[in-house]
Amino acid sequence: MSDMHFNSGHTACSGCGQSLGARLVLEAAGKNTIIANNTGCLEVFSTKYPQSSWGVPWIHSLFENAAAVASGIESALKYLGKKDSVNVIAQAGDGGTADIGLQALSGMLERGHDILYVCYDNEAYMNTGIQRSGLTPFDSNTTTSPPGSHSMGNIRPKKPMPEIALAHGIPYVATASVAFVKDLQRKVKKAISIKGPKYIQIHVPCPLGWRHQPNLTVPVSRAAIECGLYPIIEYEFGKLIAVQRIRQKPVEEYLKLQGRFKHLMKNPDEIKKIQDIADNNIEKYGLRLESQ
Amino acid sequence: MFGPLVVKPGSSKKNKTGSWRIETRPKYLQKECIACKLCVAICPEGCVAGGEKNTYHCDYDYCKGCGLCAFICPKKDIEMVKEGSKE
Ligand SMILES: Cc1ncc(C[n+]2csc(CCOP(=O)(O)OP(=O)(O)O)c2C)c(N)n1
Ligand code: SF4
Ligand code: SF4
Ligand SMILES: [Mg+2]
Repeated sequence: MSDMHFNSGHTACSGCGQSLGARLVLEAAGKNTIIANNTGCLEVFSTKYPQSSWGVPWIHSLFENAAAVASGIESALKYLGKKDSVNVIAQAGDGGTADIGLQALSGMLERGHDILYVCYDNEAYMNTGIQRSGLTPFDSNTTTSPPGSHSMGNIRPKKPMPEIALAHGIPYVATASVAFVKDLQRKVKKAISIKGPKYIQIHVPCPLGWRHQPNLTVPVSRAAIECGLYPIIEYEFGKLIAVQRIRQKPVEEYLKLQGRFKHLMKNPDEIKKIQDIADNNIEKYGLRLESQ
Repeated sequence: MFGPLVVKPGSSKKNKTGSWRIETRPKYLQKECIACKLCVAICPEGCVAGGEKNTYHCDYDYCKGCGLCAFICPKKDIEMVKEGSKE
């Protein structure tokens, strides 16, 4: 409550993972931080005009351009000789990152700006009513990927955003989760200590869009990691330096907690496809605990 | 007509979101607390505070009653009670 950089009184839904994530990120980054925010739930619930939850300089311009705005801020700070004492963060939802803001993000990464980009991944366009994005998982029920006679929900797998960021040759890429607060804050601090463009993608449950009770935000995010569907990984200078190892749980344990996957519960063939995605992740990143 | 809109830092504190609680609210029992601060860390409203053991409490002006603090407490020292009850 004391010395808050992200204040109470914001209008996020009860139990919103993104509001939790945003506070944790800014706490770790500290008060010498300037934030540029894409449009989305975080932007809306933190700035109900004429109020603001932010205790640091914060700017919103458009849905897609936080990375470009942050690039301008960083360049100005460099010109003024002040960049070393100020952190610049660009932040957005998954839609703002992987779809409409991807070009601005790619430009920011490619030009080598000293900026931390944070993607709050709640796996759909939540602020406009749960439309699918490039980061919506396979078979998820959203308003634009409803299950029915033609599909079992979202027909495409998640876009590999961490790898896309990594392909720009940037010095730091990581995923994190609001269920693991210390790990998340350590990653933010580490990212900020490294010069150049950094990308962190945080899994943030959305009780409204995922259709779970607000008090399940932590267990749901833990389950995503424990079944292998949300790999927690960390790359420094292009090398995978750490992963969160797991005793793998079946994907049903994760899916059954959420209304967005309810239509799959009596469909073992479809669940098998999701299990394959988790198994692939576990193989690809070496997530399995050795003792198994 | 469209210019930058500049507002005061932290002014959202005027917005008392505690009125949103409809079903349950947390009760900080302050008996088994080990001052691990997990409740402070996990609250999406950032409305939990405390110092020594058994001093943790939340600000009901902002608490939305999500229940995450009660879930995360390793000593089960936070209980969700019915909103409006005398407890
Ligand atoms: C150019 C443009 N197109 C569409 C919108 C409408 N819009 C506002 S927020 C939003 C969804 C944001 O989704 P995401 O980036 O995933 O963030 P979330 O709300 O899920 O946190 C959309 C489509 C907009 N503001 N600007
Ligand atoms: S819709 Fe989802 S992301 Fe948006 S405020 Fe509510 S819980 Fe948070
Ligand atoms: S119930 Fe939720 S909002 Fe209220 S103090 Fe606990 S974590 Fe914070
Ligand atoms: Mg989203």
